Amino acid sequence: MAQDKKGFSHDLIERNTLLLIVLVLITVSIGGLVQIVPLFTIESTIEKVEGVRPYSPLELAGQNIYLREGCYNCHSQQIRPFRDEVERYGHYSLAAESMYDHPFQWGSKRTGPDLARVGGKYSNAWQVAHLVNPRAVVPESIMPTYGWMKERPLSYGDIGDHLKTLKIVGVPYTDEQIANAKADLEAQKNPDGDTAGLMKRYPKAVVANFTGEKTVTEMDALVAYLQVLGTMVDFTKYQSKQLQQ
Amino acid sequence: MAQNYKDELSGVETTGHEWDGLRELNNPLPKWWLYLFYVCIAWAMVYYVFYPAWPLGKTYTKGILGYSQREELDTKLAEAKAGQAKYLTAIAAKSVDEIQKDKDLLGFAMAGGRSYFNENCAACHGAGGQGAKGFPTLADDVWLWGGSSADIYKTIQHGIRSDDGDTRGTPNVGMTAFGKDGILNRDQIDQVTDYVLSLNGKTADAGKAAKGKAVYDENCAACHGDAAQGSVAAGVDGVGAPPLKQANWLYGSDKQTLVETVTNGRAGVMPAWSKRLDDATIKSLAVYVHNLGGGK
Repeated sequence: MAQDKKGFSHDLIERNTLLLIVLVLITVSIGGLVQIVPLFTIESTIEKVEGVRPYSPLELAGQNIYLREGCYNCHSQQIRPFRDEVERYGHYSLAAESMYDHPFQWGSKRTGPDLARVGGKYSNAWQVAHLVNPRAVVPESIMPTYGWMKERPLSYGDIGDHLKTLKIVGVPYTDEQIANAKADLEAQKNPDGDTAGLMKRYPKAVVANFTGEKTVTEMDALVAYLQVLGTMVDFTKYQSKQLQQ
Repeated sequence: MAQNYKDELSGVETTGHEWDGLRELNNPLPKWWLYLFYVCIAWAMVYYVFYPAWPLGKTYTKGILGYSQREELDTKLAEAKAGQAKYLTAIAAKSVDEIQKDKDLLGFAMAGGRSYFNENCAACHGAGGQGAKGFPTLADDVWLWGGSSADIYKTIQHGIRSDDGDTRGTPNVGMTAFGKDGILNRDQIDQVTDYVLSLNGKTADAGKAAKGKAVYDENCAACHGDAAQGSVAAGVDGVGAPPLKQANWLYGSDKQTLVETVTNGRAGVMPAWSKRLDDATIKSLAVYVHNLGGGK
């Protein structure tokens, strides 16, 4: 028989659905808040390093292709602070290095190698040859071929809107960057043109006709993105003490 | 409190909770589980004291051990370096040639060089230095930028047509696009490629090849040498033009590829590694590459 208890009791909660929901929400959110809120308030969560900038329009278009093709399913972008990883891939990844990624590409699986510092590791020609047919340069590779990207023109009429959208979620694109988005995208593909404005707005951007094609292709964008990964921070400027969280 | 209802079938007391005639048996948690749970709570208290734990607004409790995973990594890397210090200091002090004469150092450099080669170089140059189309073979004796250990060391440090100030070659400048830039017309390209084919004992039109020699002497010899011996043998600096009489071609030696090469030009790029790898590592790599089979 149910006991007749006065006031706050087991019975009261279980027989009153609304009260149960409210109490469950309160309990669960305590767990969530304790874990999440401090990451926003603690000042050392994001390391104070110079050089990290938002992606240039062509790199951003490349990141969108990286997402569309699901590259993150096989490639991580997160070098963990372990000796084996640091000796293989380079300096461990900083939170600051992915602060403008929406969404971040840390990944959780390495069927292929980590790509956090692949920028500048290989030549543009290698990146193109490897995407066209990975087996042509790495015989044991099991990566799919992406040669069709070299023929597919990049759709970038709306690139300015991509920058604007990212600005809404906190990526510090300036009005100047947004206004020049389309021109900057085209400039990064043309090493013979005027790239002064592009390089001022996006230092360290790799300017090249990556594929040799006349039109801007999806592969141009993807290679531009890969070539900037992990290159923005100059680690010779920092003692490891300054990078402690 | 009165005794709760006892279930007749199992003889276990119920908790007193009842829903539409269904009752809940009061089977408490096993004691071992319960005490383990209490131990875990106690362990958490100890952990709070020793390790980073509680957020405090803008900062957090560091714990009396002051543990940091990144600091631990620094310690481990330093320990590893200290273990190799005997070799690393010797490698840093000696030239690549001297390292190769010291049997002890050679063994160390070869082992390290092999790992670094497989991680960093094999993607382009192949796991055994066999190369790929557009990426030179390192196991043969054709060297575009010199095959002495000092040359190899410099090439790895500064790259080829790279963004390094001391790079070999000039960034974005490679072989001229003779066709695209309108320097040679289609007939001339046809002739000069036939001449190159004839140099290699391949089927070529003798008449065209003879005319092609004139085109070669005027346009190609400056970099590739009078006798097609390549820029290194001809003593031309800073261009990296391969010999055109050889068995192992960088881009291919069939007619179609030769026409493509002369028409569009070529400019292979190698990144500079001095920003990515330390000096001892680059020296080890130079030793390894020099010993792949073609070192001079």
